[in-house]
Amino acid sequence: MSASADLRTEQFKALFDPAGVVIAGASTHPGKFGFVALHNILANGYQGRIFATNREASPVLGIDTVPAIDDLPDGQADLVFVCTPAATNPDVLRAAAAKGIKAAFLASAGYGEAGEDGLRAQIELVALAEDLGMLIVGPNGQGVVSTPSSLCAQIVAPYPPSGRIGVASQSGNFVSSFMNYACASGVGISRAVSAGNAAMVGVTDFLGFYADDPRTEVALAYVEGISDGRRFFREVSAVAERMPVVLVKGGATSGGQRAAASHTGSLATDDRVFDGMCRQAGVVRARSIEEAFDLAASFATQPVPKGNKVAVVTTAGGWGVVTADAIAGTDLELLALPDDLVTALDAELPPRWSRNNPIDLAGGETKDTIPTILEIVARHPDVDAIVLLGMGIQSNQGRMEEEGPFFPEFGLERIAAFHDRQDERYTTVASQLADELGKPVLVATELAVTFPGNAAVRGTAAAGKLCYPSSNRAVNALARMWEHARWQQRRGV
Amino acid sequence: MSTHDPDPGSQPGAPSGTHTLSEAESKALLAAHGVPMPAEQVVADPDSAATAAGAMGFPVVAKLCGDGIAHKTERGLVRLGLNDADAVRAAATDLLAAATPDDGEVGVLVAPMLRGNRELIAGLADDPQFGMTVVLGIGGIFTEALADVAIRLVPIERVDAEEMIDELRTQALLGAFRGEPPVDRERLADVLLGLSRAAIATPELVSADVNPLIVVDGVPIAVDALVEVRDPMVAA
Repeated sequence: MSASADLRTEQFKALFDPAGVVIAGASTHPGKFGFVALHNILANGYQGRIFATNREASPVLGIDTVPAIDDLPDGQADLVFVCTPAATNPDVLRAAAAKGIKAAFLASAGYGEAGEDGLRAQIELVALAEDLGMLIVGPNGQGVVSTPSSLCAQIVAPYPPSGRIGVASQSGNFVSSFMNYACASGVGISRAVSAGNAAMVGVTDFLGFYADDPRTEVALAYVEGISDGRRFFREVSAVAERMPVVLVKGGATSGGQRAAASHTGSLATDDRVFDGMCRQAGVVRARSIEEAFDLAASFATQPVPKGNKVAVVTTAGGWGVVTADAIAGTDLELLALPDDLVTALDAELPPRWSRNNPIDLAGGETKDTIPTILEIVARHPDVDAIVLLGMGIQSNQGRMEEEGPFFPEFGLERIAAFHDRQDERYTTVASQLADELGKPVLVATELAVTFPGNAAVRGTAAAGKLCYPSSNRAVNALARMWEHARWQQRRGV
Repeated sequence: MSTHDPDPGSQPGAPSGTHTLSEAESKALLAAHGVPMPAEQVVADPDSAATAAGAMGFPVVAKLCGDGIAHKTERGLVRLGLNDADAVRAAATDLLAAATPDDGEVGVLVAPMLRGNRELIAGLADDPQFGMTVVLGIGGIFTEALADVAIRLVPIERVDAEEMIDELRTQALLGAFRGEPPVDRERLADVLLGLSRAAIATPELVSADVNPLIVVDGVPIAVDALVEVRDPMVAA
């Protein structure tokens, strides 16, 4: 590794795991970035040292401030979060470097996004940072989140649960979107950063750090413009060989004039070239923000399937039928149940069960049927993945009884608690089998969004898994994981 | 490759500073890197055309071939299904008479008449962001309407070529089809790898069309090819 690569790694560590943070430009006005950024750091449990500067040295949120970074002790902070006006920032960077600070996140606007003068100021700031040996992230960025350090240095909500997804985005809004999905689903984030104007480092630089980061197992990226396509391809390929990269792209690339003599050229539109580049690099391209989170959460919480044979286990017919249809539209295959598996299931189920895949239990459950069936199916060597449907029905009924006029009389309290326990147990077993056997077991139910307090949803989330809001989304995630698995298998990575 | 006048083959609408090679030169360039071409010959006169056709066996096709000729079909410079020497002689005479001064030096290209129900399209295209790309698509009259196409950045590996073939949506066209065997995927991958090598070895190459890439008894063969290159720098 070159000296400059070592320096960059050290700078990224200062950004994501600082021992101390300075808010430059902390404000007493709750509407200002300089207030919100300090609030968010204080409110989310950051354990490092916290300093703040304020022109009048007024206390902010109970924190004493100093007028300038010069007034702070040496060597106590690694990161400065800059909310000061653009004109003062060269001095802020110089003072920060003098105190041993290695990374600056610039929320300040008024740079490249603001016309030619701003762009000039941005270029000069990067040159200054290079001289100082300091990393600049942004400017005009939303912030940086790092759950291993309980760091929420950003000017907007939310702060996500901790997890294994590393987010890098050219748009701060989508960092928020991904983290909002993380909050709702319980599938957490390791690091998240918005590149802002990406004056010094951009999305692929962050992905490069994530590839070596032991806390990150999946990269999730949003990009719009790409200035150097070949460089992007090279860098993103290097990451994708080491961890799944889920990417969503907004906007059309800048189309240039093409050779009119070429018929082939008319077929090679910008988006198709980008798509081909992703496939070649092993990047999992998502079509929407929602799909992007589904896929990242799947890679982060489920084993990658080793084959494409899927068993659908359902407590009722319709779900299974629709799920089989969804599978038929992908490269996944609905496993034709082998005889020994049918025989094993016959021993556990009443004669009216489907005796086919989808494995429809047809309401023939005793209290241990579902875990028993799941175990038998998951352990069969022909089964590569399971989609589990119809969890949470009983506890949804329990919820209605709890909210109704008869509760807790007539045995309702006892039965509602029983169903809650059972649904939680079923989804916990599903997760345990996935982890133990290295086979994906995906739980899908609309209760994930309609009644997220449902025991099956809670059980899935408590086990660290994504509860898919529909079987279509579960099947899509599984199909895209299989696509990536094949990419890896074919290349031996 | 032959030398060129400064701009003999510039196409209307093509970016300035490029020109197309003749069909024969285009094919020679791509064939040198492994793109499969039919056995064919460029001759100067009708009698030689008839002799060449007799040697390769009837039926044949005859086309006017020259640096300046990019759109032969539109100009009526392709004669198909010539079944004997007289037909070849007559076609060659017509084609040579149809040449214009703008076409530069011309000849008659004689090739075996290949038949296949399936047409693919393959080629190279220069993307403003990602540079040279290899393209594979379902060809024929519905090429643009179907837009069933797979693209990768040059250079590609065999695994990329295989995945490009798998990526086409119209997989039914690649299997056994109307009495013809399935497309030989390995040979089709060879075409794509050949195009990738041609692009690497020819820095002046701007685009290449292999259109149609006809599937004959399962084997893809480049029936027509057109390569566009940057003009050589003119010495001051």
